[in-house]
Amino acid sequence: MAEELVWNKKDLLGLEYLSKEEIELILNTADSFKEVTTREIKKVPVLRGKTVVNLFYEPSTRTRVSFELAAKRLSADVINIATETSSVKKGETLIDTGKNIEALKADIIVVRHNYSGAAMMLARHVAISVVNAGDGWHEHPTQALLDIFTLREKLGKIAGLNVSIVGDIAHSRVARSNIWGLTKLGAKVTVCAPEMLIPPGIEQMGAAVTDDIDEALKDADAVNVLRMQFERDEQNAFPRQVEYFKKFGITEDRLAKAKKDIIIMHPGPINRGIEIASEVADCPQSVILEQVTNGIAVRMAVLFLVSQARDNETIT
Amino acid sequence: MFLLMKEKAKIMDEEAISRALIRIAHEILERNKGIKDLCLVGIRNRGVTLANRLAERISKIEDKKVPVGILDITLYRDDLTLIAAHPVVHKTEIGFDITDKNVVLIDDVLYSGRTIRAALDALMDLGRPKTIQLAVLIDRGHRELPVRPDYVGKNIPTAKNEMVEVHLAEVDGKDEVVIVEKDG
Amino acid sequence: MKLLLKNGRVINPANNLDEVCDILVENTRISKVGKAITNNADEILQPFGLQDDRSGNSPTCQVIDCGGKIVMPGIVDMHVHLREPGREDKETVATATMAALKGGVTTVLAMPNTEPAIDCVENLRLLKAIIEKTANANVLVSGAITVGRLGRELTDIARLRKEGVMAITDDGSSVEDNGLFSMALRKAREAKVLVICHCEDKSLSGNGVVNRGLIATRLGLRGISCESEYKRLQRDIQLAEKSRCPVHIAHVSCAESVEIIAGAKKKGLKVSCETAPHYFALTEEAVLEYDTNMKMNPPLRSKNDAQAIKQGLSRGVIDVIASDHAPHTISEKEIEFDRAEFGVIGLETELAVSITEMVHTGLLSWVELARKMCFNPARILGIDKGTLNVGSAADIIVVSADQEWLLQKEGIVSKSKNSPFIGKRFKGIVEYTICNGKITAYQRTG
Repeated sequence: MAEELVWNKKDLLGLEYLSKEEIELILNTADSFKEVTTREIKKVPVLRGKTVVNLFYEPSTRTRVSFELAAKRLSADVINIATETSSVKKGETLIDTGKNIEALKADIIVVRHNYSGAAMMLARHVAISVVNAGDGWHEHPTQALLDIFTLREKLGKIAGLNVSIVGDIAHSRVARSNIWGLTKLGAKVTVCAPEMLIPPGIEQMGAAVTDDIDEALKDADAVNVLRMQFERDEQNAFPRQVEYFKKFGITEDRLAKAKKDIIIMHPGPINRGIEIASEVADCPQSVILEQVTNGIAVRMAVLFLVSQARDNETIT
Repeated sequence: MFLLMKEKAKIMDEEAISRALIRIAHEILERNKGIKDLCLVGIRNRGVTLANRLAERISKIEDKKVPVGILDITLYRDDLTLIAAHPVVHKTEIGFDITDKNVVLIDDVLYSGRTIRAALDALMDLGRPKTIQLAVLIDRGHRELPVRPDYVGKNIPTAKNEMVEVHLAEVDGKDEVVIVEKDG
Repeated sequence: MKLLLKNGRVINPANNLDEVCDILVENTRISKVGKAITNNADEILQPFGLQDDRSGNSPTCQVIDCGGKIVMPGIVDMHVHLREPGREDKETVATATMAALKGGVTTVLAMPNTEPAIDCVENLRLLKAIIEKTANANVLVSGAITVGRLGRELTDIARLRKEGVMAITDDGSSVEDNGLFSMALRKAREAKVLVICHCEDKSLSGNGVVNRGLIATRLGLRGISCESEYKRLQRDIQLAEKSRCPVHIAHVSCAESVEIIAGAKKKGLKVSCETAPHYFALTEEAVLEYDTNMKMNPPLRSKNDAQAIKQGLSRGVIDVIASDHAPHTISEKEIEFDRAEFGVIGLETELAVSITEMVHTGLLSWVELARKMCFNPARILGIDKGTLNVGSAADIIVVSADQEWLLQKEGIVSKSKNSPFIGKRFKGIVEYTICNGKITAYQRTG
């Protein structure tokens, strides 16, 4: 019997840094935790006595609540720290905040930050676990993991699937994490966006590129629709919302030309009528709500694994 | 963590295991006055195999099926960090309601009692059973918690540097119970 | 007391000398270069470092045994940010020149982007007074092209030149307005002062922090394209041609820039240029862990670009290796990558990195290296430095070329420690630095 893979990373910073086997371990572990969430008593004592701090520099309700519930279902104590940062205001540095949290003897910091690389920088300076809940444009590993978990649940596998990601690829950490995760597990990824929203070198990351939505949907087994972040449009470079919907919006007409059973995914929150038609968001092929449910199980698995790695570090 | 193990003695062979299980099956039915409200829950891994065998035995005797569930106690262990390296979490699969049932927990070897304590916690989170009973193939003593089995295949006094290994055909290719000594 | 450097492999880029011989230093100048200069019987020699004189008489000449070592001119680094006046927390004239001497640099050209900028005579005099009082090596000064380096109004270039600036530059920024820059070039030509160009089109580089490309995409960081450098380079060369003004291009980082400059030189235009050691020793891959000690402007580029820079040096297209020494404090560097300041220090490592990457690999000979780091910068600035010619000021370094050493943060002399080479090993250590005839720094290596 092959030696079972052992998780030994105290942090989860991105899917770029994980092997195929490590990603599969998280997904398999999440399976067991999903079972916990279907019980009447949705709690297991694994993180009893441990403290998880949600350090969110960007406003977020869904991700934060998801992590909070995941931690609580593992019986951990949860602290939420929400800060507003502007590039002008220079308050306590991220490193200092992290060190203070460490001094409070917390065990895991779940950090969301508006600057790419923030999670990695924090992880370098503290000995406790750091879980990346989204850093700038860089990665949002738990989102991609729950996307992949959902796909795997629905379609039974990832290898050989055609998955298209539609939206603002250039500025999307969800896109990057998904590209890493899906390609490592053997899926074929296509990204679709207006040219100005395709970042340089994305083909070398393993994704095919097109700006034709019909082409992207044609053979796709699943489509992951990203939120158009108009509020992040710094240079007014984005097409107008109506234009975007016309050219890239996922509508029932568009889907009629795609595979009958194509899975529709979206990281949320949805902009109905901008990147996705209302009817599509609510159609039977849409797994958007299941993604939310699976998010808890995936995050429970992640918190469990990093906590265990750190415990093992301290005894060996 | 690799320890060199030396097989010291064979305690039970295939026949002995079979006879013990037949006896336990009868004892379970006697104590619970039949199979009404009875269910078996095996603790991963070999407890599950034993539970399946007991269920088969019972259904032959009563001509009715008794439900079997699988319990993974990894998330409830108290010595999580002290067992070999990295425990892997598997699924608990109990497809029936245990509330108001007589649950017979089944494991291969009873030692410190900590596994059973974790199993009790897990079962309590899953429902409110009427009774929880414990059936083990081997009781090797050295209890660290106040846990006692209701049904025992064989009592084997052991030294602390010894280990009892239960091998079952479905998992290990053959049926036997052996004592091994930890070397070094 | 005289100083005799015996038996070193003497490298003089002024006349392509590469021979084992001696150098005699008298009264702060090089008085003799040749074989076996110790024939004077009256000379009482004392090996450097010895406290007592064995013979009982006062020695007249110190001797350094340079057997097995390279003896070359002190480095002339024409791109150094001293940070004084204004940001003495990062570096001062005193600490920077100490760091320089350790790295074998005996002359530096100070960049004018201090606080206040060197954009008027008052500020120039202020800096010169500081240099007079505290400098440990030769410090030359450059002035700004525009007032406050804001790109709106020209400084009084003629007056600044009269007061002693050796070059003008808005380094840190490019002068965006074509008309204004043309005017600056004409005034510079009239005043006979060198213009150093920082080539960057801000409308293209924007908020970029790393090289545009796959690495930037993987990191989720905004990219700075090579285009932002070479398009501005093209403009600067065109305007320089029109104004018939010599220009020197600072910190060349990409392949396209090398080709554009090669083309300009072929046309006979007076264009010189420099690169920094990090552009040939490192590539954008160094940024993959968000190490802000790898963040500078222009950014580290692709493998292809680093190759092109190396070839540009070998081919002679790139004239100078200069450090672009840019100290920053911990609070400005140990923060999120986007927010960290651009810039790395380099005075203490430029020679060792260049030796390791360019000489030991056979891409440059010792004479060529000395040309890039000593002779050419001096020639471009119009100063009598960077040679071992008889009669010139004795700025000499003795280098142990094969000695390997590890750069550790604790060993850094500069006030700031933001070096991209911490933890890396190099071959080539400066054992003695002689500045104006005095032994100012030495390191024993076993």
